[in-house]
Amino acid sequence: MELIALLAIIKKDLQLFFSDRRAVVMAFVMPITIASFFGLVFTPRSPDEVAKISAVVVDEDNSAVSRQILSGLTTDKNLSIRAVTAEQARDVVRRGDAAVGIIIQRGFGDAAGRAFFRGTDKPELDLLYDPSHNAELAMVRGLLTQHVMESVSREMFGGQRGQQLIDETLSQLDAAQMSGDQKQLLREMLTSVRKFNAGTGGSATARPPGVTMPYSVREEAVTARGKTPYNGMAHAFAGMGVQFILFAALNFGVEKLLERQRGLFRRFRSAPVSRLTLLAGQMASSTAIGAMVLVASFGFSMLIWRVRIEGSVAGFVAISLACALMAASYGLLIASLGKTPNGARAAAIPATLLMVMLGGAWVPTFIFPAWLQRVTVVIPTRWAVDGFDAMTWRGLGFGDALMPVLVLLGFAAAFLALAVARFRWEDV
Amino acid sequence: MLEATHLRKAFGALVAVDDVSLRLEAGQIVGLLGPNGAGKTTTVSIIAGLITPDRGEVLINGRARTGDADPLKRKVGLVPQDLALYEELSARDNLRFFGALYGLAGVELNGAMTSALHIVGLAERANDRVKTFSGGMKRRLNLAAGLLHDPDVLLLDEPTVGVDPQSRNAIFDNLEELRRQGKALLYTTHYMEEVERLADRVVIIDNGKVIANDTLAGLGRLLPAPAAPGERVTLESVFLTLTGRSLRD
Ligand SMILES: Nc1ncnc2c1ncn2[C@@H]1O[C@H](COP(=O)(O)OP(=O)(O)OP(=O)(O)O)[C@@H](O)[C@H]1O
Ligand SMILES: [Mg+2]
Repeated sequence: MELIALLAIIKKDLQLFFSDRRAVVMAFVMPITIASFFGLVFTPRSPDEVAKISAVVVDEDNSAVSRQILSGLTTDKNLSIRAVTAEQARDVVRRGDAAVGIIIQRGFGDAAGRAFFRGTDKPELDLLYDPSHNAELAMVRGLLTQHVMESVSREMFGGQRGQQLIDETLSQLDAAQMSGDQKQLLREMLTSVRKFNAGTGGSATARPPGVTMPYSVREEAVTARGKTPYNGMAHAFAGMGVQFILFAALNFGVEKLLERQRGLFRRFRSAPVSRLTLLAGQMASSTAIGAMVLVASFGFSMLIWRVRIEGSVAGFVAISLACALMAASYGLLIASLGKTPNGARAAAIPATLLMVMLGGAWVPTFIFPAWLQRVTVVIPTRWAVDGFDAMTWRGLGFGDALMPVLVLLGFAAAFLALAVARFRWEDV
Repeated sequence: MLEATHLRKAFGALVAVDDVSLRLEAGQIVGLLGPNGAGKTTTVSIIAGLITPDRGEVLINGRARTGDADPLKRKVGLVPQDLALYEELSARDNLRFFGALYGLAGVELNGAMTSALHIVGLAERANDRVKTFSGGMKRRLNLAAGLLHDPDVLLLDEPTVGVDPQSRNAIFDNLEELRRQGKALLYTTHYMEEVERLADRVVIIDNGKVIANDTLAGLGRLLPAPAAPGERVTLESVFLTLTGRSLRD
C-alpha cells in the first residue's frame, strides 16, 4: 500500500513538473543555450581561426630597421597591423578599435643599432594599450621582442646603415667609458663583424638573416587521448548542468511550499502514508528531474558538440546520480527551512548562484586565487564540476570519480538530515 | 463511531482548542459552529490526525491511531477548508493521486473515481484541468477527493465557502445522501442556516471552548422565551446570544 502511494507521489511530481512550462524551459532549454554559448566562447579554435590581435604602428623613424620591424609585424599571423599617424594611434586605442599602439620614435633604428653592441643608451619604444586588453599587451610585447631583435641584428650584420654604425662605434671607442681590456675585446669583435659583412658583400640577397629565434615550439594539449582536442563544451555543460540541476531542485522545494500553502499537505497528512514514504517520494521525483536535466544537457552536448566521456562511463553515471541526489536534498532543505514560497525563492536564488559561482560553473576554479581554490572544496558544486571534467575531457578513470561521488553523497546526507530535522510535520 | 475527548492544543500562549469533546455517530451530521478563529479547523485537524493534541484523544471505532501510516486513517475522510487541489492536473489525475495515497489502485481506484465524480456532477469535466473549473466545481471536486476512499467518517471544513446556491444545494444533497448511507459527518461552518438545514446535532465553540453541544431543539430551549409572541427562535439568535456580537479576528 505504501508502494502505491510512493509511486503515485513520484508520478504526480513529474506530471506537475512537465505541466509547468517555465520549469521545463528552465531545466532543459536554459542550460543547453547558456552552456553552448560559454562553450563557443571558451573553446580554442584551430590556429587560422584564432582572432588576430589588432594593433596600430606609428613609424616616425622611417629607417631601415623600423621598416623591417613594420614588415615583420605585418606578416605575423597573430597580428592585424595598420600603419597610422601618432595622433590617430592614441585615438584608435582609446576607442577600442585596436588593442595596442606601437610608436617607433625618430632615431630608434640608429639608437638601437648603437645599443646593440654597447648595451647602453637604449632607445625607448612607446606602447599605448587598451587597459581592458592586458593579455593582448603581453602578447604584443613578446612578439615585438622577436621582431625588433631580428630587424636590428639583421641590419647590424650586413645592412648598410649597420656598417656605418659599426664604423662609427669603432672610431668613438677610445672615448668610451670602459676598461682597456673591454675596449680591446669590443674592437676585435667589431672588426670581425666588419670583415664578416665585407665577406658577404653587403648585398641584400646574400645578407645573413641576423639573429633569429634559435628554436621553434611544438605544442601538445594533454587531454584524454593523444588526438582528442580539448573540448571547452564539456566544461561548459558540466557547469551549466550543475547550475540548472540546482535550480530545478530549488523550484521543486518552492513547489512543496506552495503545496503547503494550498492545503495539499493536509491531504498527505490525513492519508495513511508514513513520513518515510512522503520524503522518499519527494527525494525520488526530485532526483529523477535532476537526472533528466543532466541527461538532456549532456546528451545535447554529445550529439551537437561532440562532447565525449573520455574517462569512465560508470564514473560519469555515478557522479550524475550523486549530483542529482545532492540537488534533491538541497531542494528539500529549501522546502524545510522556507516559510512562504516567494520568501524561500528570494532567499534561495542568491544562495544557489553563490554556490554555483564558487563551484567553478561559470569560470573554471583554476582562475580563482589560490586561497579561494582551497576554500571552495567545501562547496558541493565544485566537486560535481571537477568530477564531470575528470570523466569527460580529462579522460580519467573510475578511481578518480570516487572522491567526488563520496563527497556529493556526503553533502546529500547532510542536507537531507537537516531537512528532516527541520521538517514541519504539524504545520498544516 | 468517532469520539474525541478533552482535546487541547495551544500555539505558544494561544490556546486554540481548549477541552473540546464531541461524538460522531453513524447516519448523523454534527454541525461544528463557531466564529472566525474559534478553533474549528484546529479541532478538525486533530480529529483527522494532522496535529497531535497537547491533551485528549481521538478514538475511531474505539481505537486510537498508532502512527502516520495506521490503516485506521482510512476510516476518516477530510475535506479541507482550502481548495486542496492541483490546478495544473485534470480532475481525474487529482483523484487518481489522492486515491493512491489511500492505497487505491487499478479497478478499485477507477471505480471509486467514477462514482465520486458522478456524485459531485463532474463526470463530464473529468479530463479537464482544475484551473479551468469554476469556484463551485472546485469545491465539489474538493469534496469528491475526500469521499474517494469511502470513509465511514467525513470531516468537512467549510465545504461551501464561495459557491453559488446551485452548487451549495448540490453539495447539501450529496451530504444528505451520505448520511442516508450511514456515514458520520462533521460539518464545520459559520453559516447558521446551513447547520439548521443539515445538522442533527450542533456543537458551538468559541475561543477554543465548547459552549453548547445539543440537538437543534435542545439549543432552542437555551434561549429565554420569545419576547414577543410569534418571534421565531433561530439558530442565528442562539449563536449570537452565546458568542456575543463583538468582531473576532
Ligand atoms: N499553526 C498555527 N500556529 C499558530 N496559531 C495558529 C495556528 N493554527 C491556528 N492558529 C490560531 O488558532 C486559532 C484557531 O484557529 P482555527 O483555524 O482553528 O480557527 P477556525 O475556527 O477554523 O477559524 P476560521 O473560521 O477563520 O477558519 C486562531 O487564533 C489561529 O490564529
Ligand atoms: Mg477554519
